[in-house]
Amino acid sequence: MAGFGTRSGSPYSRGGSPGFRFTLYALASIVIMVLDQRMDLLERARYVLQALTYPVEVAVNSPVAGWHWLERSMTSRAALEAENRRLRTRMRDLEVRTLRFDALARQNAALLGLKQAVPPVAERWLPADIVDIELGRLRQRVLIDRGTRNGVFRNQAVLDDYGVVGQTMHVGPWSADVLLITDPEHDLPVQIARTGFRTIAVGTGDPNALALPYLPANADVKVGDELVTSGLGGIFPAGYPVARITQIHHGAMQRMNQVIARPFAHLQTDRAVMLLWFRPGSPAAPVQPNQQQLPTGNPGAQPLAPPPPPAPPLCTPPTAGSPASGTAATAAHPSPSGATPAVPPAHKPPASPPRTP
Amino acid sequence: MSASPGGAIFKSVGVALLLTLLPLPSWLAVARPDFLVLVVFYWAIQTPRSAGIGLGWVCGLLLDAFQGPVLGEHALAVALVAYLGVREHQRIRTKPLLQQSLVVLAVLALYQFVLWAIDGWSGHPLTTPLRWVPAFTGALVWAPLAGVLARTYRPRT
Repeated sequence: MAGFGTRSGSPYSRGGSPGFRFTLYALASIVIMVLDQRMDLLERARYVLQALTYPVEVAVNSPVAGWHWLERSMTSRAALEAENRRLRTRMRDLEVRTLRFDALARQNAALLGLKQAVPPVAERWLPADIVDIELGRLRQRVLIDRGTRNGVFRNQAVLDDYGVVGQTMHVGPWSADVLLITDPEHDLPVQIARTGFRTIAVGTGDPNALALPYLPANADVKVGDELVTSGLGGIFPAGYPVARITQIHHGAMQRMNQVIARPFAHLQTDRAVMLLWFRPGSPAAPVQPNQQQLPTGNPGAQPLAPPPPPAPPLCTPPTAGSPASGTAATAAHPSPSGATPAVPPAHKPPASPPRTP
Repeated sequence: MSASPGGAIFKSVGVALLLTLLPLPSWLAVARPDFLVLVVFYWAIQTPRSAGIGLGWVCGLLLDAFQGPVLGEHALAVALVAYLGVREHQRIRTKPLLQQSLVVLAVLALYQFVLWAIDGWSGHPLTTPLRWVPAFTGALVWAPLAGVLARTYRPRT
């Protein structure tokens, strides 16, 4: 390998022949890749990189942001008044709709056999603006302007006011990458709202389509069915709207249906999203698969846990310990030890804590 | 027309990075050429002594910092592009621009292939055929890009 470069025959100023130098750089790249991929040693480096790149990203985005600002400041009074009226109507609608919400939540808790009213699963919200920047061609990612300084943690649920948007990946001090649900790497555990059937919605790379590849041909599914998060996988609380099924292809010779759903969230036109903190104790909180701790030997996560003591009737939280959780790890980085169906659904803090320096 | 190409290289890399990060509508972003790779390849051909594999590796690492699913992925691919440029700089430099464009097409296809392989190995597969489009658009913009870069610095040969 090192001899390749000698063919061109010209003397090089420093560092040996190009072949030799390329070999060195290639080895360095491979070492970095393995470190980044197989071990989490570069988590700190990622954090620093996220911090270093953020000013550049803001600078690149500034013309676009300036244009939006100019557009906003140029809107006429009539347009603003119309928007104001529309928003006020919408707010009144929503308020009327939430009037009964507390009562319903209490009633639901009573039906579930819980002694006191459970608070809603969402504990805290934080709005975040999208920094419009190219984060990889053909990849469905966005950058938001909130980071660990705002309490954002890795694998945090991100929503907009229509549905689930995605989850955070690399979190820096002031910014975070969000992996959208339509990215081909994203698997989202969902439930068909009409039937309660649990399955996985996989991103397609198309911002308007999610695929449901694991639906058997005899599954009860119709065009127009609504998908909500199932609460499995440890990231998204149960019950948030995800998508509506738009196409079903029945192949006569195939055991699986080809089902396509359209996300509710406005993934292409969103300018702001919401970050969600949930209460770990709530019945709708995501079931934690604990895939992170297993390789390092978590004493609480036994591969074959003894069966839980028989629960009193009507006391089962709706999402705990479902048999459909075999592949429900909503993992951005699938690890070989990811599928651990027998892990008890421990009520742990929702995800790994933010890595602050 | 300075004596050392350092300033020109630095500026062109900065502009290329800007063009890479600039938000575009999605149909246009798919066809966006890999400006940074083209700039690295240009300098590797024109000034193989001062800009070579090291520059390519650093630029690749920059791309990784902004866009890479795995750190080191673009670093390896761009370093390979720079290596090919440095190794064959005498042959490529003397060819007319049209033939250079064909060489660029082959190099960019190799670049995409390396990225595709690493993507697959690291569990971030991106198999859509659209990912090969920038190789062609890159070959198309090579001639004007080389013209612009030639105005910033001309080596004394």
